[in-house]
This record gives sequence, structure tokens and C-alpha cells, in this order.
Amino acid sequence: MSEKTIDRLASATPVRVARKVKGLSDRAIAWIFVGPTIFLLLAINIFPLLWTINLSFTNFKANRLNREVKYIGLRNYERILGDADVWLSMQATAHFLFWTLFFQVLIGFTLAWLINKKFRGNDLWTTIIVLPMMLSPAVVGNFWTFLYQPQIGLFNYIMTFFTGADPSSFDMLGSVDLAPWAIVIVDTWMWTPFVMLICLAGLRSIPDYIYEAAEIDRASKLRQFFTITVPMVLPFLMLAILFRGIENFKMFDLVVQLTGGGPGSITEMASINLKREAFEKWRTGYSSAFAIILFVTVFGLASVYVKALNKVKER
Amino acid sequence: MSYSVTEPSPRQKWLAGTLVILYAVITMIPLLWIMMTGFKTPPDSISYPPKVFFEPSVEGYVNLFTTRTRVSPEQLESLPPPENFAEEIVRNRDMVIAGPSKFAGRFLNSVIIGFGSTFLSIFLGTLAAYAFSRFRIPLADDLLFFILSTRMMPPIAVAIPIFLMYRKLGLSDTHLGMILLYTAVNISLAVWLLKGFIDEIPREYEEAALIDGYTRFQAFYKVVLPQAATGIASTAIFCLIFAWNEYAFAVLLTSGTAQTAPPFIPTIIGVGGLDWPAIAAGATLFLLPVMIFTVMLRKHLLRGITFGAVRK
Repeated sequence: MSEKTIDRLASATPVRVARKVKGLSDRAIAWIFVGPTIFLLLAINIFPLLWTINLSFTNFKANRLNREVKYIGLRNYERILGDADVWLSMQATAHFLFWTLFFQVLIGFTLAWLINKKFRGNDLWTTIIVLPMMLSPAVVGNFWTFLYQPQIGLFNYIMTFFTGADPSSFDMLGSVDLAPWAIVIVDTWMWTPFVMLICLAGLRSIPDYIYEAAEIDRASKLRQFFTITVPMVLPFLMLAILFRGIENFKMFDLVVQLTGGGPGSITEMASINLKREAFEKWRTGYSSAFAIILFVTVFGLASVYVKALNKVKER
Repeated sequence: MSYSVTEPSPRQKWLAGTLVILYAVITMIPLLWIMMTGFKTPPDSISYPPKVFFEPSVEGYVNLFTTRTRVSPEQLESLPPPENFAEEIVRNRDMVIAGPSKFAGRFLNSVIIGFGSTFLSIFLGTLAAYAFSRFRIPLADDLLFFILSTRMMPPIAVAIPIFLMYRKLGLSDTHLGMILLYTAVNISLAVWLLKGFIDEIPREYEEAALIDGYTRFQAFYKVVLPQAATGIASTAIFCLIFAWNEYAFAVLLTSGTAQTAPPFIPTIIGVGGLDWPAIAAGATLFLLPVMIFTVMLRKHLLRGITFGAVRK
């Protein structure tokens, strides 16, 4: 037995040499394994990004290929920052971002906290709650327009049932006052489970002994909640906010199907405005500059946020 | 049962359970309504008040899969008797079936592009994740962050140059183009998740295999791959769901041969306005596989969602 072990150890010594002989070196394998992924990302992510940057300094229009392409410096950027429509679309994005995050955090955390009471069958109900976020936003968003129909829609009917208002008296998607809330409702319905799941992971990561120690110190349940539960879940919650924030800043499919940016342009968020400039007005150079501005904004905000998150984690 | 301060009382559990179930029921209403509407007749679907109880009909499904033309009553009478139930349903509305609709083709496109890109993302992603996990790669952390940051771009922003590039390469509106695109989008998440799974497999297993005379490749596919199978499967499901649900690229880059179901379903129109039962039928067929998947694989899936997030 011991002899065998010794044999193995002996044969283990020249393993580096053996590796070189048998098959490729680790270094070569590393590049063969990573290479295709890097190539694909370069071809379909980085090259287009560089191209977008290049286009953003031109007056190029993708539907007029024969026109001479002129470099016009920073003119596109100047135009965007002075464009009232762009600022309106940023306002619409901010409204959507703030309220969806507010409701999703509030409801998501509450649900996670309730599920963590470990009642019977909680995992099945968790799965059911999670269903909306697994589905296609475009298909689901499209169907919500049916639920929001003024006279025949189920949503209006249920609202009537609770408020007594006439179901044809309000149009969630057609009214300037209500449309921004209509998209907040659908996004909250769809994405609250995501915040909930991450909060749940946070709650489950808190070891029991902390609560036991607090109990021995006779801390009240309320105090335990604010001094143990909330601070321990906060990093998780902030992470959930980061992911939802990035996603909702880019929001396109759900809102396009629900309102298409309307009525007027009240729900025309950044991505929808961008799509209109790029693929309807075909102002390719201008929209490239807009795309770069959006990317830098998300990237900048996310970086600042991640720094704050790391500080919270260290505490 | 032993007493524990962290164990909620039965009353608390009951209350928490009731509230969660209430939320779950409310959250299910829109989804149940989609499935119900698919089995309504067009007049039933737009009745006021909304009908909860109705006589089920497959008219929505018939309309989903066919195109129809209106004919005059005289023409209708001159036709031979209907061959099947679908023909009969359509004739009751003074129409005849003109041919199959595009839905089946669009659905098939979703399947081809979804599975194609998932396979490619997992294949490339597993290799890259293994390399990131096991070898010293220069600037590995920067590369990983870079791979992940590509997801911060709004899809429309990337779509402009991809649209131009694909037009030049002849990849617009092709299956291959969409598969490559979705792979590029998915691979960042795939590498990130898979690296986590592979990190968990002890290096000693492979080292033992190397000592036994395996090459790196053999050690990789005979030792590491079987160990990582669960992780690979749950990553694959995420990639598949993303590709299945994606809309922005699909609507901008495909219009015909390679168009997937999400941009197609909202455009289903009947005679005289939107055909809600047909849209609902299409939505049901499209969403149901994902719902069943989610319920069946809930353990891996729920872990995957938080796992991917919490690791970062």
C-alpha cells in the first residue's frame, strides 16, 4: 500500500515535463479556450462599440449610403445636450427608474421577509411569484395593453370594483397622467420577484446565532429588525437595485409594447427615443452620439454606485 | 421540537403564508387571463363585464395558425361541406381558410435561434470559464469585468453598428446572424456563472487525473465536465430563456426568414381589429414552456438567479 503511494509520488514529480509531452502546454490550452469567446466579444461587442464612437462624429445616415460622410466633430454631442426631447426622455426614464425601484424594493423586501418565516409550501409559492420575470417582456407587455383597455380590460374592471369609478372613464395607456404609472405597474409586477429572490438570499445568509445573541441581550424584535436584519440585507438589496437600475435604464421591450412612448411622448424613455432617432429618422451619426452618452451615463453611475456598495459591504 | 428564538411562531407563519399566497394569486391573474382568453371566442374576449365563465372554444388557436378570407354567403353555400373542425369554425364567421399563418415558422425560428445560441454560449462559455478558473491569464480580472460590462450597453446602441455590419456581411435576417448575436450577449453571463461553478470543483481531482497520465483536455472533459454538469445545465436554461424572450434585437434585425416569435405575436391581427384570442393563444404557446420549465426546475433556477447576482 505504502509502496504504491510512493510510486505515485515519484511519478508525480516530473508531471510538468509529462504535460509538455502529452498534449499541449497549459498556456496554449488557456488561449485556445479563451480565444473564441474573446474573438466573439471583440467582433460583436467591441468592434461595434468603436464603430459607434466613430459614427458619432459624423453626419452619416444609414438609409443614404451614397451621401458623402463628413466628420463634424462634436456637433452631434452639442445638439443632443441642447435637445429638449432628449431631456424629456431622460425625465421619463428617471420617473420610471425611481418609482419602479421604489415599489420593487418595498414589495420585494417585504415578500422575502414573509417567505423567510418558512411557512409550509413556501418554495412552491416563491416559484409562482417568480413566474412573471421569466417571461418575454414584449409578449407579456403586449397582453397588458389588453388588460388596460378602457371598457373591456380586466385591470379597469377590477379598479372599478374597488373604487366605483366608471371603467370607461379612465384609459391607463391613453392618458398623459396615467400612462407613466401604467408602465410602472407592469414593470413592478414583472420584476419585484427578482428583488425578492436576492433579498431572500440575503436573509438566509444571516446566521441564527446573531439573533440568539440579541435575544440574550434582550433586544426587542423591532430593534433586532433594524440593527441586524436591515444592515445585513442592505448589501444584497443594493446589488438588486444596481441590476434593476441598469436594466430599467435600458428599458425598451416592455414599454414599446405597452405605450410605444405615448401618449405624445410622455413615456418615451431614452431607449425608445434612441430607437426612433436611429431606425425611424435614420439619423445614424446623431443617434450614435446619443448611444455613447447613454452608455457613459450608465457606466459612470454604476461605477460610483459599486464604490458605495463596497463601502457598505466593508462596514 | 426544540425551542428556537429564530423559529417564527405558528401564528406568524400562518399570517406570512396568507399574505404571500395572496400576492402570488394576484400576480397570477394576468397570466391566467392570457390562457383563458386563448380559449374564448372573439366576441367573448371583448365583452363587458369581462367574462370569467365562458364556453371554451379553439377559435383563437385556429385563427393563430391560419389566414382567412371573407366570402359572401352565396359563395359559402356553394362550397363543399367543411372537412374538419377548423374549417367549420372559420365558416361560422363567414370566412374560409386561405392558408397557414406565419406563426409556426416564427415559433420554429425561436426554437432554432434559442437552442443554437444556447449551445454555442455554453460550449464557448465552459471553455473560457475553465481557463479563467484554472489558468493564470494576464489581466484576468479586467477581462472578466470587461466581459460583464458589455451588458450595460442599451441593446439599441449596439444595434446600430450591428445592423450596418450585418447588412455588409449578409447576416441580417439570418438564423446564423441571430445565433451569433445572442451568443455574444449571453456569453458574458455564461462565463461568469460557469466560472463560479467550476471554481467550486476541487483542483485536486484534475491534478490526480494529470498524475495518472491524462492530458489537460482529457482531464477537462472526463473529470471537470461531469462535475460541472448541474451548473452547466442551469446556466444553459438562463441562456435559453434570454434568447427565447429577447425582443429589441429581434425587432430591429429580423423581419422575415429569421424573425422570432416575440416581435411577431403582437402583430397578429384579425379581420376588423386585433384578434385577442389568437394573440392570447400565441402568447400561451410561447410562454407556457418557460412556465413549466420554471416550476419543474425551480431548485436549480432559483439558486442560479441569486447565485449569479450574489457572487459579483
